Amino acid sequence: MRFTLTHTLVFVAATLAGLSTPALAHVEAGQAAGFLTGLLHPISGIDHVLAMVAVGLWGAQLGAPAIWLLPVTFPIVMALGGLLGLLGIPLPGVEVGIAASAILLGAAVMTERRLPLYAAAVLVGFFAVFHGHAHGTELPPGESGLLYSLGFVMATGFLHAVGIAIGAIHRWPAGRIALRIAGGSVGLAGIFFLWRAIA
Amino acid sequence: MAGNRVKPFRARAARAVTFGLALTLFPGAGHAHLIETGLGPVYDGITHFALTPEDLLPALALAVLAGLRGKDHARRAIVVLPLAWLLGGVAGTLAGAPGLAAPAWLPLLVLGGLVAADFPLPAGSTTAIAALLGIVLGYANGTAMAQGGAGLRGIIGIACTVFVATTMATACAAAWQSGWLRIAWRVAGAWIAASGLLLLGWSLA
Repeated sequence: MRFTLTHTLVFVAATLAGLSTPALAHVEAGQAAGFLTGLLHPISGIDHVLAMVAVGLWGAQLGAPAIWLLPVTFPIVMALGGLLGLLGIPLPGVEVGIAASAILLGAAVMTERRLPLYAAAVLVGFFAVFHGHAHGTELPPGESGLLYSLGFVMATGFLHAVGIAIGAIHRWPAGRIALRIAGGSVGLAGIFFLWRAIA
Repeated sequence: MAGNRVKPFRARAARAVTFGLALTLFPGAGHAHLIETGLGPVYDGITHFALTPEDLLPALALAVLAGLRGKDHARRAIVVLPLAWLLGGVAGTLAGAPGLAAPAWLPLLVLGGLVAADFPLPAGSTTAIAALLGIVLGYANGTAMAQGGAGLRGIIGIACTVFVATTMATACAAAWQSGWLRIAWRVAGAWIAASGLLLLGWSLA
């Protein structure tokens, strides 16, 4: 598919709009703060950020339809994990699962691994449950539930978008090498997260 | 020839959307809630809908769903939803007490899920969902307006805003479907469904 200047402008504007600060224009306190808190929550943990960006990078390498399927399915599966966390249903090895997601997704990007679509979706969905559960248990009380949730989900989506945007360099030979190096870096960071989770 | 006419329109529309979205980068503290300004119950209704995500998001999700499914769905939705909202609102205002309420997460999960799945609903189903959504949310608005003193004029403000918001969203979804834009709508649906799922967790926790 060809990206025109119009597509690029709309994409950039939508991404920037998602990063905007709240207007605080409503006298009912807590609403905008809830959205902002939710928006900032996913980017407060580097392990989550790296894994989400890696999902986008891998999607860009895999191309259509994976590049679109993963951002559609991931938020819903992640929210399912968040639901389990909110309900207090324990999930063993959450931190190990998050570290493993960075390792495997980074390795997939580094090796340009082309799994079948369903396998890629299952792999990403499996790890989405761990990320969602970790965030579900950390959700702060007293915020506006819907706006917090919306900000939280949107921030994760924008991290995917960042990964997809970076992954666009895949079309150039030097970009492909850079992507593989980035994937290796994410994998190495995952090993560090794993060591930290086990130690 | 037709393509030549369409292209500049799209370019202008894209520039306008880009400019509008870029403006959101520079918000200031508005403190603009009209309930305090005394501009009246119609404005109370308008601001109530615009500032209540539990109402706004399901309405927008339905508008996108109808827009993605085509003009027949879109035309029905933009008429049925505001009318049902108005009828539900009038009933709620007259009743004056909460009696018909749906959990906030349910329409988000269902409508967001349908948009995310790009589910091929028949036009009759879209219309039925619009009617149900309008009546349930309108009734809840009506009881709130009655208790707040805005009454029927508040409901008229809400219904008009529902019409404007859903017409604009439906038009955008119906017009912008080429290539990745249709996927972008589905991603937005996935975000709404995921938010509904998390809201379910919040309500049960």
